[in-house]
Amino acid sequence: MLNYKFDWSIITSGQYFDWLLSGLFTTLKLSAVSIVFSFILGLLIAVMRMSHSKPVRWVALSYLEFFRNTPLLVQIFFWYFGSYKILPMFVNDWLNETGFEFAAATMALTIYTSAFIAEDIRSGILSIPKEQMEAARSAGFSYIRSMQYIILPQAVRITVPPLVNQFLNIAKNSSLAMTIGVMEMTYQARQVESYTFKGFEAFTAATVVYLVLSIVITLLVNTYNEKVLKVHKAS
Amino acid sequence: MIIFQGVHKWFKDLHVLNDINLHITSGEVLVVCGPSGSGKSTLIRTINELEPISDGKLIVDGMDLSDKSTDINKLRAEIGFVFQQFNLYPHLSVIRNITLAPTKIRKMSKKDAEDEAMLLLTRVGLADKRNAYPTQLSGGQQQRVAIARALAMKPRIMLFDEPTSALDPEMIGEVLEVMKDLARSGMTMVVVTHEMGFAREVAHRVAFMADGIILEKAAPEEFFLRPQHPRAQQFLRQLLTPMQAESNGSNFSHHHTKEDVK
Repeated sequence: MLNYKFDWSIITSGQYFDWLLSGLFTTLKLSAVSIVFSFILGLLIAVMRMSHSKPVRWVALSYLEFFRNTPLLVQIFFWYFGSYKILPMFVNDWLNETGFEFAAATMALTIYTSAFIAEDIRSGILSIPKEQMEAARSAGFSYIRSMQYIILPQAVRITVPPLVNQFLNIAKNSSLAMTIGVMEMTYQARQVESYTFKGFEAFTAATVVYLVLSIVITLLVNTYNEKVLKVHKAS
Repeated sequence: MIIFQGVHKWFKDLHVLNDINLHITSGEVLVVCGPSGSGKSTLIRTINELEPISDGKLIVDGMDLSDKSTDINKLRAEIGFVFQQFNLYPHLSVIRNITLAPTKIRKMSKKDAEDEAMLLLTRVGLADKRNAYPTQLSGGQQQRVAIARALAMKPRIMLFDEPTSALDPEMIGEVLEVMKDLARSGMTMVVVTHEMGFAREVAHRVAFMADGIILEKAAPEEFFLRPQHPRAQQFLRQLLTPMQAESNGSNFSHHHTKEDVK
């Protein structure tokens, strides 16, 4: 260790820098797409979970238990190695064109995280007094519209802190996508290491990137939260 | 306008509404009173089906609530409901609280809905609060906004479930004033309340409930001067006692509204 010569230049410029930079962009893309879709899917599952219809609740509950209780890595492998056998041909063709690795990783991350997000949002919905639903229904809103205009906007606001956690998990868990060959941050750091044997520098770079990414996500969500939450601070 | 025929309601084994027969005509102001747990809140909540009935027939504005094919959302849009706890939407400003249903359900344009809302806010004396949020308002102000919100749908019936019970005494008067104006304008109203001053002044009829049964239906002067049922006599005595010390028994109200002073 003492004889080790640090060489930070390899990761700050040249070819290896380009690799890391493209890794960063792939990580950003993977995280952003998964965050958006897992939030939408999570909302949907949370509302289904609280539906008056038993079959709908049952579908949502099965979904939750299935995807929460299996490892993310297994799910990534499933979508990558297993799904093309059950998906229609034209879907496979389309996925191959757009990058099957990326699609499988996005799919796995989105679905896995949506199960956790759904539970967070559900507890947010449960914390809204039932009188809010009564007020909305009394005005003539259907159950779904009451959720949309009155319950969910309030529930999502108080769900923000756990949601930040889930978004951070997405950003960090996206590193698992390297196992199926998605050329994201961790994949590129590994690549740089195997070409240069500069593992310390390469993974330090990856570590810093994830750290900064996480802090930026936290700040973004908190800033947004403060803007919408100013309402409640008045009380 | 509202017809109860042999209506029953059970919560598990508890018989909360027992053979309710009541005919409320258009433009009538009915006050429902009675001791707590008598079923009066449940009664008013059946009218817009916040509580479905267990048995009997209930027809509201020509629509049969026992009929499964009745579009309940459509009916509810025609009925304003004012809650004890106001239940304004805390994430929306006063003006948005009022315009939400008219724009989304009645498909009114934002501008028309806001113009209408400002008229209503002026009517309840809160035009300057249009951009405030519910948490910035006092209880009395919140309840007046809640009334404006209900009126914005141009309802054919207004229901009030103990609208002043959660208010500090000094704010009760301002809410009752708004309700009295509304009653005089010819609105069909069902009001669950202990405010006997209000009942005496604007109600056409008073219904007295105990143990899920309507024990007495009478015009207010009749009800207050000559209550027939022992439970009603007892109820009125209990309401009167604390006030006699305060106002020599000259009125039935808990507090001094403008009318009481006259």
